[in-house]
Order: sequence, then C-alpha cells, then structure tokens
Amino acid sequence: MNRVLSFDAEKCVGCHICEEVCSETWFKTTDPERSSIRIREEQRQDGLMLSAVYCVQCGECINVCPVEALYRDKRGIVRLRKQLCVGCLACVGFCPYLAMFYHAGQTEPFKCVACGKCADECPAEALAVVEVETPRAPGIQL
Amino acid sequence: MRTVLAEYTYTPSSVERGYAGQTLYINLSDQTIAAKPVNELMKEKFIGGRGFGLWLLWHGVRDNTRWDDPENEIIVSSGPCGGITQYPGSGKSLVVSISPLTNVVIDSNVGGHFGPLLKFAGWDALEIQGKADQDVIVIIDAPAGRVTIEEATDVPTDTYLIARWLLDEFAPGEEERYFISSISSGSGAEHTLWGCLNFSLYDRRRKELRFKQAGRGGIGTVFRNKHIKAVVLKSLPVKGDSNHPADPERVARAGVRLHKEIHDYDDQQCRMRHRGTSYLVQIMNDYDLLPVHNFRFGSHPEAHRINGDVWEARFTQGLPDGCWYGCTLSCSHTSDNYTVRTGPYRGQTVSVDGPEYETIAGVGSNCGIFDPDAILELNFYCDAYGIDTISFGTGVAFVMECYEAGILDREKTGGLELHFGNADAAIELLHQMARGEGFGRIVGQGVRRMKEYFAREYGADPAFLKDIGMEAKGLEYSEYVCKESLAQQGGYGLTNKGPQHDEAWLIFMDMVSNLLPTFEDKAEALHYFPMWRTWFGLCGFCKLPWNDIVPPDNKYTEEPAKVPAHLQNYVDLFSGVTGRQVTREDLITMSEAVYNFQRVFNIRLGYGLRDHDDVPYRSQGPVTVEEYQSRAERYDKQLEQLLGLNPREMPVEEKLAALRKYREEQYERLKDAVYARRGWTKNGVPTPETLKRLGIDFPEVLAVVQKHL
Repeated sequence: MNRVLSFDAEKCVGCHICEEVCSETWFKTTDPERSSIRIREEQRQDGLMLSAVYCVQCGECINVCPVEALYRDKRGIVRLRKQLCVGCLACVGFCPYLAMFYHAGQTEPFKCVACGKCADECPAEALAVVEVETPRAPGIQL
Repeated sequence: MRTVLAEYTYTPSSVERGYAGQTLYINLSDQTIAAKPVNELMKEKFIGGRGFGLWLLWHGVRDNTRWDDPENEIIVSSGPCGGITQYPGSGKSLVVSISPLTNVVIDSNVGGHFGPLLKFAGWDALEIQGKADQDVIVIIDAPAGRVTIEEATDVPTDTYLIARWLLDEFAPGEEERYFISSISSGSGAEHTLWGCLNFSLYDRRRKELRFKQAGRGGIGTVFRNKHIKAVVLKSLPVKGDSNHPADPERVARAGVRLHKEIHDYDDQQCRMRHRGTSYLVQIMNDYDLLPVHNFRFGSHPEAHRINGDVWEARFTQGLPDGCWYGCTLSCSHTSDNYTVRTGPYRGQTVSVDGPEYETIAGVGSNCGIFDPDAILELNFYCDAYGIDTISFGTGVAFVMECYEAGILDREKTGGLELHFGNADAAIELLHQMARGEGFGRIVGQGVRRMKEYFAREYGADPAFLKDIGMEAKGLEYSEYVCKESLAQQGGYGLTNKGPQHDEAWLIFMDMVSNLLPTFEDKAEALHYFPMWRTWFGLCGFCKLPWNDIVPPDNKYTEEPAKVPAHLQNYVDLFSGVTGRQVTREDLITMSEAVYNFQRVFNIRLGYGLRDHDDVPYRSQGPVTVEEYQSRAERYDKQLEQLLGLNPREMPVEEKLAALRKYREEQYERLKDAVYARRGWTKNGVPTPETLKRLGIDFPEVLAVVQKHL
C-alpha cells in the first residue's frame, strides 16, 4: 500500500491554511511559495472552482533524476536525498502534476511527503492521508 | 606503480559568478605547474571556453609554431555558465590547439564532466604546453589540493582501459566516482592525424564510465605527441549552486521553463530523449542531404536501415542520458549490450556511446555502409583508439571512391577491397590505424595528405582528387551534402577552423524555405549564425537545446530560425550567472570579438586569407557525369532557368562545365558579400576599424593585419 494525500474539492473552503501549515512545518515560515500543497482558485461561470496541487507519489520524477536522489520509500512515498541532489530541477519541469516545487532560498526542490500535517489542521476536513494500492491519488488522473 | 615527477599544491578557490578566477598552466618539458590569474580583459572580451583557449594559445605560441612543436598547447575550458545544473546543455567544454590537419587553430567542443568539474576544482581553464620525454599522466586532485605530473609508462593507452584504470586507482569507492573525470585518447591518435580526446563521465545508473569526444582537428594526436596518456581530475562535490550565480532565481526560472518545454514537446518534435541526433538520418535522406558514397548523392534506398527508428530500438530507453547534470534533452544515448565482432575486444559485450548522427552518416551512409552493427563496431573502435568518427568517415569515403575510380587497387591497399559498402575493409583500416601499420597508416594522414600522396605515388589526376576530396583547410567535412545550398557552402567554407557544421547550418533556411534569396541575405546569415553558435562555446553551452526543441508558437514569431524565446533564456542565463546585464545583441558582439581574433590568429600563423576559404567542387556541385545524371532534372532546370541555356541540346560534359562555372562564380560572389558584412577586406582580413569596434585592436593584433592591407 502507498501513503498519499487526498483532497476533496467539494469540502474545500479555500482558506489556504494547509499552505501555511505546510511551509511552517518544513521551512519554519508561512510563505505559500514554500508550501508543498497549493490551493488554486479559478472563477468559473458556475462559481469558484477550487483545486489542489500536490504530489500524488506517482514517481515519474524518479526516472528523470540524473543522480538517483529521488526514491520511493517503504511506505510508497517519493522522497529526496538532499545530499545527493545537484539541484538540476529536472524533476520540477517533468512533474506531470506540477507538484515538485523550488524556491530561491535553497538549491534542492521540495514536494509533499504525505506527512498529514495539513490534513490535521484543515478546518473543512477536505484533506486526508490515505493508503492506496497504486501510487496515484484518488480522483486525480494523468 | 606511480612516480611523481612534479607536484604543486593549492587551495581550490570558490567559484564566483561563474569564474574560478584562475587558470592552471602545466609545462611538460620543464615540469612547471603554476596558476595564472584571470583578468577583467579576459572575462570581458574573451568570456571563457573557446575565448580563453584562443587568448592563452595566442600568448603561448610563436608565428611559426606547428602542431608538434613543444610550445603548441592544448587548452580546455568550459565557460562562465558551464556547470550550472538547472539549464539543459550547460556542461560543454571547448578544446583549443594548433591542429595537425590544418596548421591553424582548431576548437573542438565536447560534453562529459571534465570541463565543469575543472572549474569546481578551482580552474577556469587547463593549459598544457611542452612535451614530456616519457609517457605521463596529469592529476588534478582538488580535495587534496594537489596537482601532479606522474610517470605513466606501464599503463594502457586506449581510452576504455586507461579510463577504467584511473577510476579504480583514484576513486575506488562508489561515491568517490561521482565527481571524477578524465581525458584520454588512444593508439590510433599516435599513428594518424585524426586523434580525438575522450572526456569521461561517470554514469550513476549504469555504474559505468561513458565518453564524449572532442573529435575535430586531431587534438588527440597533439595529446599523444606530448606523451600524455591521460589527465584525471577530482573535483569538489557539485551542488546546485556550485557556480555561485549572481541571480540564482533567474537561472532556475529559465531552467524550469526549458525542462517543462522538453517534457511537453520533445515527443512531438525531434524525440531527442528517445533517439538523440539519430533522428536526423531520415530528414537528411528525405531532403537529399544525407552524404552517400563520398557526398556524391544525398539519399539512398537503404537509409531506412540506419534511421532513428533503428537506433531507438537499440538505445536503452528511459534513462536520464544527459552528458552533464540536468540536461533533460538527454541526447547522449548508449547502445548497450553490443557484442564486438573483431579486433582486441572481439567477443566482449560492451556499451557503445552513441552513435550520433555524424557518426551514422560518416562511417555509415557516406561509406555506403547500412549495417547498424558495422556502424556500432566502427563507433566503438574509433572511441577506443581515439579517432574522430567524422574525419574517419569522410576520409574512408574518399578512399572508397578512389578505389572504385581505379586510383587504388588491392595491391596498393594491402589486399583490402575498399568498395563502397565493404564494412569489413573499413573496420580493418581502423585496426591498422591503431597498430600503425599498412594502408591504414596512409589513410589516417587525412584527405589533404592522401590527395598529395595518391598523385605523387600513384599518378592520380590531382584535379580530380581536389574535386572529390572533401576537405577544406585540411579538415574533413562533417556530414551534410550542401551542393544545393550556396549559403551552407559558405557555412562550411567561410569558417575559421574548417568545414564543421557547428559554425553555421543554413541548409533549410536557404534551400528548403528559401529565406535567403539574395547575397545580402546569405551574408547576413553567415554573419549572424556563426557568431551566435560561437557564443555557446564561449559560455559552456551546448547548441542542441537552442533549436532541437522549440516552443510550439515559435513558427509564428518574426524570426523562427533564431528561436527568439530561447535567445531570451540565454540572456537570462548569462546575466543571471555573471551579473553582467546583457542584451541579445550583446551576445553576438561578444562572439564577434572572439571570432575575429581567431581569424587574425590564423593569419598570424600563415593562413586565414581568401584563398584558404576555397572548397572542393564536390561540395558545390556534381563532379562526375554519374552525379549529374542522378539529379539531371534538377540540374537541367537550373541551366535553363538560371543561365538561359537549352540543356536538351548540350552533351552532359558541357552541361557539367556550364553548371560548374556558374556555381564557382556564385561562391566567389558569396565570399565578397560575407567578407563585407563581417567587416573584412576582399582578401578576408579583418580591417583595423572592425578590430577597433570590437575592442580587440591590441598592438600585436593590428600588427598582423597591417601586413595584409
């Protein structure tokens, strides 16, 4: 089984608390540019459409990494060994979900590792960490 | 057993804004090892890479220095942007020396890890002068802060063996191998003038060494003539900010933009990630541009046997095959699990680096060889022996035509039946080059010397040899038929180093799209594109990510051939790395200074004038009746439309002569137009005004041109 974040657009209220929690957890700041989850808002004719961009642990990035810094751990989570990373950002450009992020403050990219902190703090219970058979988030197709 | 002959200790300087701030000088004659500072003039006018190579070489040699004189140098330099990991194609190096083939400066560009790692070992360039009295290896060990020259008499010569030995010797542990690279050549470089340099990279996926070649101009021959077996380098570990750019975010943004573009569009465009440059075979064949039988023809019914589909099936798929970190265009593929069928490696299963387009067309179609296994065999042994596949291919194609024309026979070739398509004979020639024996030794002297030899020894017609011998300035042509593109004839002929497509590739603009109808248009293109392509080699970039992938809306831009969106990427990268804010126009001016300096350098060495820009007629039009008749409809139409002749009433010899007169005159007119656009005299000499405008009117440079005004 693979551990992966799950998002329910029906429940999301667009408060962006998840972004703050994520960047606070991993970078000790509340900068949404340093969050591994990004809530996108799109104004449509039938109202505001909310979606989430985050890693679904598909592992496409593992194949493009030239230095084998990216790997899948025992729980099915794709992780980065920072000491091996040469900061080429190939994984950022090649992520089919645009869910590998980078920031000027550091040379290595970063991504969701399904830690669940955002789900714990989500007031609308729109986020959850679930176990799936195939490493794809429920409801998201390539 | 290693014996240290000379030792130098240093503290590797950290790289700032793309420069380490010093170059490493090694003299093998007196065993000097020293650091030289990089001054502001070098950075401002010569930028890095080829520019640094030319600057250092200029000060190292005399006017009459020849390739095998001790004062000739081999200089390796990447450039300020070399070694950034975020932008595809940012790990190139340029190697500069006086060429044994041309007697003028050669610059040869190469991938692999050596150039960037050299900088991260604290050196913007490596400059090797002098000649050792015995075989040596040079070791640059940045973690230990030590450079040594060591005796190397009992170590192998050929690349696969010596590079593997060096790896085991200097990096026994897996993680130590990540940041080590070597330069080596091979026994073929000792016995021919076609020696190449093999730059290694450690492939972490395959857990094996791979090699990229500085192929052109015989620098491997200079390397072995200096008695260098190898240069090996251990650098400090590479991180995303090792190049310490002035504006890392600007660099990263450009990088991610291109990664994404490659991810989204490469599969629909060139499929470089699957087949590398081999995709070109089909296109060249379709447009009658693929060299076949010594450039006589531009296509062949069997070309499908060596096209991109075939190589895609041979190349191991799905690996990040860049020759430097972060190159997601990944053209550097490998034919894994090839079983060698001849020579010292016979029966061994090996990985062959490539083949790339130039090799496929050179040792393949140009020699009438359409057997993929034979191409792999020739590719493998050219690399092993340190021989340039392009010169080898073009040279052997010339020999095969001479054989079929009756100039050569079995007696003269030592029993080799060198008909077009005889792969076994071509492979045996290659083994002879490595052993330094037989007819291979004569062939390995290059087309220019073979022409003289065949005329002198075998009584061959020198005029015919001149027409079909595809060399200019002494360098063999790279692998494109340019008969129908006057602009590309200039792209090959009006060059500094000789006919190599990395200066200009204008065939499609000129011949297919008809975007260059006038001499002024062609001259403008032969100004802009050689300068633009020169710029890659000043900075550490590869040309391929510039236009082998393009944004989908590129065709709607004002100048699609320039790929404007990518030009902006390069502005961002250069400005972002060096902190020097530049425009697109500035990039061209930077190159102009270096390009003109190189032209003056050639003049200083006794060449570089109008007559030296002549090309063989085979590159301009059909030499033989057979060639004319193979494309008779095309040529007849031209006689009718361009010259107002009636080809139906002319014998073919007369038609050949009329077409030839016209095309040769066109080429001379092209020279005039291009020289004028470049700011040169009619004799091809950069004027003092041009040198002044470019800020390279140094007294010693002006003194060279004054003699020719």
